[in-house]
Amino acid sequence: MKIIKSIVVLIVVEFLTAFTLKTVDTSYKIGDTIEDFSLMNTDDSMVSLSDYKVAKGFIIIFTCNTCPYSVANEDRIIGLDRKYKKRGFPVIAINPNDPIAVPNESFEKMKVRVQEKGFTFPYLLDTGQKVYPKFGATKTPEVYIVTRNDLKVQYIGAIDNSSRDPSVVTEKYLENALDALLTGDKIEKTTTRAIGCSIKVQ
Amino acid sequence: MKLKSIFLCVIFLGLISCKKEVAKNEKKEINTSYITVKSYSYEELKPLLEKKDDKIYVINFWATWCAPCVKELPAFEKLNKEYASKNVEVLLVSLDFPKQKEKKLIPFIVRKNLQSKIVLLDDMNEDVWIKAIDSSWSGAIPATIIYNKNSRNFYEKSFDYETLEAELQTFLNQ
Repeated sequence: MKIIKSIVVLIVVEFLTAFTLKTVDTSYKIGDTIEDFSLMNTDDSMVSLSDYKVAKGFIIIFTCNTCPYSVANEDRIIGLDRKYKKRGFPVIAINPNDPIAVPNESFEKMKVRVQEKGFTFPYLLDTGQKVYPKFGATKTPEVYIVTRNDLKVQYIGAIDNSSRDPSVVTEKYLENALDALLTGDKIEKTTTRAIGCSIKVQ
Repeated sequence: MKLKSIFLCVIFLGLISCKKEVAKNEKKEINTSYITVKSYSYEELKPLLEKKDDKIYVINFWATWCAPCVKELPAFEKLNKEYASKNVEVLLVSLDFPKQKEKKLIPFIVRKNLQSKIVLLDDMNEDVWIKAIDSSWSGAIPATIIYNKNSRNFYEKSFDYETLEAELQTFLNQ
């Protein structure tokens, strides 16, 4: 009996390890070239990176309607779009959650959120959850900077060093990375982390 | 026929006990003053993540607003209860918003009647402590560490009781 149990445990562990490794290995890393996508915006139009002809790059943010950490960052995301769109780096928000798993993440609820907050950027639904796994996003909010001419990943991670309380932020990782790209300097911190809500699947 | 009566009896009893429980919880909700949750910086929390005694520690990172975390809490509570006598200790590290400690976290603990040890990690430099806790941790919750003085595993995933117990067994069998 004990042997059978050990075997079962071993199989479970191996399965989990294999699964984790697979996720880590195939997703985009810094310097990787990403595949363009075509996703539905809350204004019912399709949005692709190739639609942007003059941008220098994109601030792609996986975020959602319900995660309190996402909500706590909404005003910061609007501020980022306001500041960096005119400098060539517009925000593109993508909701990676499965709306069947979490009804409040539905496309209709996304439209409501856009109205409530007055989003100045596209808020796309990752229909069929095909895009976020390529990025290797695991949570909301999670940010990627991608340059337009080469579609290369320049930055992965957090907006700043205090997701829970914007009043005590002392280091703006994302803005520092954008400023470095704009001045042609090397990005000091290309990957940072913050706590977030795991992406919901069925 | 007799079986059916017994079955109905069991259901009836179940309903009564459920009802009682609800009533009890409502009563408890009124008084939360007897519960305090200590806030820790990462430096203060760190010693709890690397103890060198003979116990096995199960550390779960969670928040009241995190649905998959709330769903798996009963598994950690059960583990804490069932394995307390086997030198296993569960610690629930809340990542709730520090400003909502009194308004959300403590009432939640009372409502769910949580028995495991609970602390609030209130430290802004997430980028530093997420990587320090585990280099593979993306920052998504729920996340769990199981460790003893000899080995340590980190899991960025959800557990149910069976999978959690199976992981714990690998430490108990060492």
